[in-house]
Amino acid sequence: MNRILLFVPLAIFALMGITFWVGLGIEDKTSLPSPLIDHPFPEFELGVVEDGRTLTTADLQGKPALVNVWATWCPTCKAEHAFLNELAADGVRIVGINYKDDVEKARDWLAAFGNPYDYNLSDPKGKLGLELGVYGAPETFLVDADGIIRAKHIGDLNADVWKKLKPQFDAMSGAEQ
Amino acid sequence: MKVVLMMLSLFSGSAWAVIDGHKYPFDDVESAARFEQLSEDLRCPKCQNQNLADSNSPVAADLRDKVYELMQEGQSDTEIVDYLVARYGDFVRYKPPFRLDTFLLWAGPAILFGFGLLLIIGLRRQQKQPTAELTVDEQARLDEIKAKLKNDTQLHKSTPSQKDTGA
Repeated sequence: MNRILLFVPLAIFALMGITFWVGLGIEDKTSLPSPLIDHPFPEFELGVVEDGRTLTTADLQGKPALVNVWATWCPTCKAEHAFLNELAADGVRIVGINYKDDVEKARDWLAAFGNPYDYNLSDPKGKLGLELGVYGAPETFLVDADGIIRAKHIGDLNADVWKKLKPQFDAMSGAEQ
Repeated sequence: MKVVLMMLSLFSGSAWAVIDGHKYPFDDVESAARFEQLSEDLRCPKCQNQNLADSNSPVAADLRDKVYELMQEGQSDTEIVDYLVARYGDFVRYKPPFRLDTFLLWAGPAILFGFGLLLIIGLRRQQKQPTAELTVDEQARLDEIKAKLKNDTQLHKSTPSQKDTGA
């Protein structure tokens, strides 16, 4: 019996090791879970970068969309831009939020690198960003046809990430048709 | 003297909280203190090891401004914290709420402590048992051995002195 007890510290150590391995190693601390999943997209009334017209939350509804938060000062946004162009070419509706940025700079950027967006909402003070819990561009939300946020991705959107999000987006599009 | 009085009157009427070079004016000292406390209790979502007061990241500045704005609207501390939790999640609080999924976080240390206590009690009991089970014969043998050991050590102790006298 005493022999077995000798192994208790080792067992505790192993248990702690596994716990920390899982807790610190696998979990990605840089992407926080969003409390907005399955909640309606926050109310907004903002100008559009491309032509200056004003849009509201109602304009977002009707068709599922990727809502992509970006800015010209954000290097990762540049990195994901080519992939967004590809998605748009495949018929995915992408709505942009030009976050804490300058409208002129945003227009220049879209002219230079292509415009994959249905339209871009200008959010110069980051007010809508704060409502969305944005803490680092780029961030992308999956919003269904009823304007409900269904998923959120933090960081650049690339082929690997899209592989995971695409089934959900396709299901949303299928349900609407 | 006039100048000193003027300066004093300025102090009495208002208060400032200064964070990262940005001044937040308040009507009274209590509100400024409340603001500073809130900024220390809330966590910056971008730089996760800093609170809103310590961090100079843009998002922390935005959240500080929002806290200030909500305070000016007359919202309570819990309302302000709830507002940020609704958008950024429980992560913005340094003190997580007690829920089913945070049960281990709160009760874990107590459970581990209880486990350790039980382990110590169990070990103690086992150590006591053998001494209680000695029979009369065994006890007699033990005494014999002890006495022998005692003699041996006394013999050893006397050796050096014998050496001394021999030399």
